[in-house]
Amino acid sequence: MSETTEIVRASLAKRYARERRFRLLGLASVMASAAFLVLLLGNILTKAWPAFTTTYVKIDVPLTPEVLRLPDAPDSEAIASARYGRAVKQAMRDLFPDVSSRSEKRALYQTVSAQAEFTVKDAVIANPELIGTTHSLWVLADDDLDTYRKSKSLQAVPEEDRRFKDFQVTWLEELSAQNRIKTSFNWVFFERGDSREPELAGIRGALAGSFYTLIVTLALSFPIGVAAAIYLESFAPRNRLTDLIEVNINNLAAVPSIVFGLLGVAVFINFLHLPRSAPLVGGVVLSLMTLPTIIIASRAAIKSVPPSIADAALGLGASRMQAVMHHVLPLAMPGILTGTIIGMAQALGETAPLLMIGMVAFIVDVPTGITDPATVLPVQVYLWSDSPERAFTERTSAAIVVLLVFLILMNAFAVYLRKRFERSW
Amino acid sequence: MAISSLILLLLLLTAAAYLIAKRRALQTVGGRRNASQLNSLPSHYGALAAIWCVVPALVLLLLWGVLEGPVIDRQVAAQLDPATLDGGNVNLLLNQAQNLVASGRIDSETDPLRRGLAEHYRDLQDRSGLLRSVLAIALAVIGTAFACSRITRTLRARTRVERFMLGVLAASASVAILTTLGIVLSVLFEAMQFFREVPPTDFLFGTVWSPQTAIRADQVGASGSFGAIPLFVGTLLISAIALTVAVPIGLMSAIYLSEYAHASVRSVAKPVMEVLAGIPTVVYGFFAVLTVAPAIRRLGESIGLSVASESALAAGLVMGIMIIPFVSSLSDDVIKAVPQALRDGSFGLGATKSETIRQVVFPAALPGIVGSILLAASRAIGETMIVVMAAGLSANLTINPLEAVTTVTVQIVTLLTGDQEFDSAKTLAAFALGLMLFFTTLLLNVFALHVVRKYREQYE
Repeated sequence: MSETTEIVRASLAKRYARERRFRLLGLASVMASAAFLVLLLGNILTKAWPAFTTTYVKIDVPLTPEVLRLPDAPDSEAIASARYGRAVKQAMRDLFPDVSSRSEKRALYQTVSAQAEFTVKDAVIANPELIGTTHSLWVLADDDLDTYRKSKSLQAVPEEDRRFKDFQVTWLEELSAQNRIKTSFNWVFFERGDSREPELAGIRGALAGSFYTLIVTLALSFPIGVAAAIYLESFAPRNRLTDLIEVNINNLAAVPSIVFGLLGVAVFINFLHLPRSAPLVGGVVLSLMTLPTIIIASRAAIKSVPPSIADAALGLGASRMQAVMHHVLPLAMPGILTGTIIGMAQALGETAPLLMIGMVAFIVDVPTGITDPATVLPVQVYLWSDSPERAFTERTSAAIVVLLVFLILMNAFAVYLRKRFERSW
Repeated sequence: MAISSLILLLLLLTAAAYLIAKRRALQTVGGRRNASQLNSLPSHYGALAAIWCVVPALVLLLLWGVLEGPVIDRQVAAQLDPATLDGGNVNLLLNQAQNLVASGRIDSETDPLRRGLAEHYRDLQDRSGLLRSVLAIALAVIGTAFACSRITRTLRARTRVERFMLGVLAASASVAILTTLGIVLSVLFEAMQFFREVPPTDFLFGTVWSPQTAIRADQVGASGSFGAIPLFVGTLLISAIALTVAVPIGLMSAIYLSEYAHASVRSVAKPVMEVLAGIPTVVYGFFAVLTVAPAIRRLGESIGLSVASESALAAGLVMGIMIIPFVSSLSDDVIKAVPQALRDGSFGLGATKSETIRQVVFPAALPGIVGSILLAASRAIGETMIVVMAAGLSANLTINPLEAVTTVTVQIVTLLTGDQEFDSAKTLAAFALGLMLFFTTLLLNVFALHVVRKYREQYE
């Protein structure tokens, strides 16, 4: 054996050990990313879970004319303006007649949501014969009660550190003992707009806002993006202008999204005087942002169609435009749609530029058109994440879960399209 | 007529124009049997007429939309006698009149001046709307008639239609240029106004950032101070933390996935990375502020360090997680582009796999990797939501990662989300910051793309 072989052999063990370490380090890096993902999703899911159920309390509402301050023969207008809040308070006092101090009484009234009187009102308007009777009704509980009931960890916290005090806990226990407490699916969260009261806050408004914004984005960016891609792939002459367009598209894809927000404020709001906070402006800004994504994906899809297809069409006498529009474009469509959906998913998750054009306002009403003031799902997440109430933390997480579900659905659809219509030539 | 029903009517007219022109073209040669005698397909004649029908009308509507407001404003303003203005200014009055019309609350309780204005306003608007509808429909009909009258057997309809389509395609492609131009001009224009009030040297080299503008001139701290150095330092600090997290993990992941991993591992790990890249940044922000920041704070306190609740470390760490996929996917590409022959040569000389990667593949891929890191850095600098939610608002000039710092993007958001006059230095400062942000990221991107492209050509 030569000397060199000797040296190599002596160092082999060390080198192999280093090899193993390097490999492990690589594996650990990949695992780290996966672990972050699991941690993030697990964290959000566990926080969101309680928000999908909510607590109802059964109260016996005395609907007598004297409590409601109704005249003897009330017409529908009188019924609509009757004092249902008094009835709810009376019902709560009837449940706990021992409560006497002012502050405890106030706490007692706040055991049920401010929505309770409207629940009673709706019941009476639907059935005026209830007047004069005592009617049992399930009403929404306040968020403090709801959160306390659902959270084991909160129940272990000492009294001074939680909003739901011990005397309220005894009420809750008594109500449970009387079978006056039930848990059901939190439809409120999906049916209502934003609210300052956590138990009444929902994502319906944000969902509608996201929907209208995305419609505008799609209506603008899809046709323009596909047309630009067709031009650049099939018609553009090789010259300075074309190069400039291509450089521009690549750079726009990497411009920070907040800069598009600045453009939106300066041009659309301040110069063109389009309405603030409207899905119209949001959609325009987002479509400028998603255009590069759609153009790049569409170009790749058009490029992947073999030139023989267009050549065959040209050989049969079609014009260039006919060859592209009738033959190349339909074959490239699955790829274009995949790119568009991915671009839309990006637009759905985008927040920063929408903050700048005023989609951060507190809006209770569900928008019904593209010029109504609105907010979108990610901005709703941002708004709620500022609220200190624990119930809002849950709802923020739940809104994130809804957002992620939509993103997953869109991406899954894109993957399906790619798998289903992918052709190898 | 409402704009939506007008557009609907125009579309119906367009469809009619298409059908009429198509039939007329066939009639000139005596029916479908002789269609081959036409210069173009019958549908091309139809399309030509449809273009003549709808395009002029749409252009008119667009111009009308832009010009209607200013013209009406001027007419109403002309009616105002400057002497009757009791101290109010013209724009305010016009605004009030507009609001009155929009809300439909013009009644006897409104004061006569405003009522007169509002009624005049409404009159003009009604007349303008009527005129618009009549003109648009007339244009559509005239356009159709003109196109139909020119239909002959030799009219080269296809060439004309296709030339129009090509124009539309080219216009769509130039939207990208217009967008860039719009960004540059709007940001530059507002930033110029800002620099007229605050000298650029104060902005670039000042070390105190407190963007208040005075309500009264004699107020304490009345003059805002716009030294952006603390913001730049804060941005760089958080980006540096993010890159410290993302570069090693992203790079090692890319190496592992492209050189070591089984196809089965790749098929799981790649989507995980994609999911990480696809999660909205607001979700990362929420995670940072609610989970990571308190955890770091507790950890710091347990070893006796005081950590700000909005520490740069929390925002930087989470941002680092966010940009791992950018580093890894770009590095993956460049590592794969290194020719197999280089590896084979190294293996042939007896090197182990890790030695080959470290001493052959990595140096060969280095320019591309640098490019990918620069792109990731540009992401980190421009990232907004994570820092808006997890980093602080007060501009501390520090490089201690445990303290709260603020960034350029955070300040842009806070300066622009309030309800203040658009012309105040405070709002304009946001555009000056935007200008810095845009050009910094632009330079990084152009440089990085250049490096990556140059390197790619080297091995092709």
